[in-house]
Amino acid sequence: MANTLRLYLTCIRNTLEAAMCLQNFPCQEVERHNKPEVELKTSPELLLNPVLICRNEAEKCLVETSINSIRISLKVKQADELENILAKKFLRFLSMRAEAFQVLRRKPVQGYDISFLITNYHCEDMHKHKLIDFIVQFMEDIDKEISELKLSVNTRGRLVATEFLKQFI
Amino acid sequence: MAAPQVHHLFHHPIADHSFSADRKTLAVARDNTVELYSSNGSRFALNDELRGHDKLITGVDIAPNSGKIVTCSQDRNAYVWEPSNGSWRPTLVLLRINRAATCVRWSPNEAKFAVGSGARVAAVCYFEEENDWWVSKHLKKPLRSTVTSVAWHPNSVLVALGSTDGHARVLSAFIKGVDERPAPSVWGERLPFNTICGEFLNQTAGWVKSVAFSPSGDAVAFVSHDSTMTVAYPAGEGQPPHAVINISTQVLPFADLLWIAEGEIVCAGYDCEPFRFSGSASGWSLVGSLDSTSKSGAANQRDESALNMFRQMDLRGKTIDDTQLKTVHQNSISTVRAYAGSPDAVRQISTSGVDGRVVVWNL
Repeated sequence: MANTLRLYLTCIRNTLEAAMCLQNFPCQEVERHNKPEVELKTSPELLLNPVLICRNEAEKCLVETSINSIRISLKVKQADELENILAKKFLRFLSMRAEAFQVLRRKPVQGYDISFLITNYHCEDMHKHKLIDFIVQFMEDIDKEISELKLSVNTRGRLVATEFLKQFI
Repeated sequence: MAAPQVHHLFHHPIADHSFSADRKTLAVARDNTVELYSSNGSRFALNDELRGHDKLITGVDIAPNSGKIVTCSQDRNAYVWEPSNGSWRPTLVLLRINRAATCVRWSPNEAKFAVGSGARVAAVCYFEEENDWWVSKHLKKPLRSTVTSVAWHPNSVLVALGSTDGHARVLSAFIKGVDERPAPSVWGERLPFNTICGEFLNQTAGWVKSVAFSPSGDAVAFVSHDSTMTVAYPAGEGQPPHAVINISTQVLPFADLLWIAEGEIVCAGYDCEPFRFSGSASGWSLVGSLDSTSKSGAANQRDESALNMFRQMDLRGKTIDDTQLKTVHQNSISTVRAYAGSPDAVRQISTSGVDGRVVVWNL
């Protein structure tokens, strides 16, 4: 793992450890409801200051915290057009299966590629450190996955071009 | 120091727990029922269930002398449960709140109780003989957000409220006809209902998670979401407090606190272990954790043998098993209560948390 990536991920891990202190909190606006305050944003006193962690311009992570939920939005590296398409397609594939991931949000926050929403119920059912591990592992893997996809697309393209051009020999 | 007694009741968060005065009965809030466990020696067995609420129960409190149980829930209701030939009879309390109730505590004289709520009010409830029901009066004036915790002064007149607007407040809950005029104290002399006797805020104005009066009632302490613990010593009516001590810590925020003596406090929260503070009006400091298991490395060292590593790899496909936390509680602690001893010299405390465990610690 590149050295800067490790620092970036450690920073995210520490931020999440501090931010993921959630409690059950009934809605103040609507009676008998219990909603993630970070999505609702109706009571400003229940939100904490968002934290933005940037590795560079293309790669950043936004952590928004409230009393009963935390939203983590990621922007993954997209160096060229091909990577852009691959990231978009791949993350869309994951977002469409958001139920299977439990903490994944169906739609990313504007300006980001993928978002997670962790509520106090997730923290009650699952180990907090494992949730954090999952997010960090996900970020590690997504970069690897996209560069692998890019390689295989290039290889395939070269192969197809060779086959196609063979007929002219 | 003897090892803590761990009672793992179920795999579900415990919002609040309360022991009866003889410590034979344990009431635990689990989802929308309250489970009553009775002790048979070292274990707790499920004895009875209090059903009636239809949403998550947020507070349960057993009155030490009368044995009545008060519960409150996110369905906006509170019930007082009284034992009547073998079962428990609920009485609905007229809370008149239109948002969830978040916490409930009996006053020390057991004539009243206070319920905090998300409607930005706290209801002080008392029994009205002529109508034969529990009615409430609202404390609402300075509250600007959900009340997260309530605590009573030993004189049963003053109540401390912690709120998500970052303030810890001391208000008078004097009710004519129920209370006798309290003796003058550092909080003031004349105390009609809803008198603001103190209002405290720390630097970052983090959500106040819990608030409590000292055993003498002359100081109030609160913990807030910025990992600090604040103790305020008032100087008298209309004067600024003579000391407000704010201790910031390096641990995750605390969720609850308990005075174990006039100069000692136990706080517990998201670090899953209780911490002990000691001090006086001249200064407070963090003494250390009560959880000795989290520090001992011997047991963990043994786990790292080569055999164990390969066994783990074989069975689970990974080298280290890190699903278990090193603390006694496996998730955040939500409530700390006195278990044995008098209020100014608590000998044992009990904690409960999101992991479904109730742990009794020796001090």
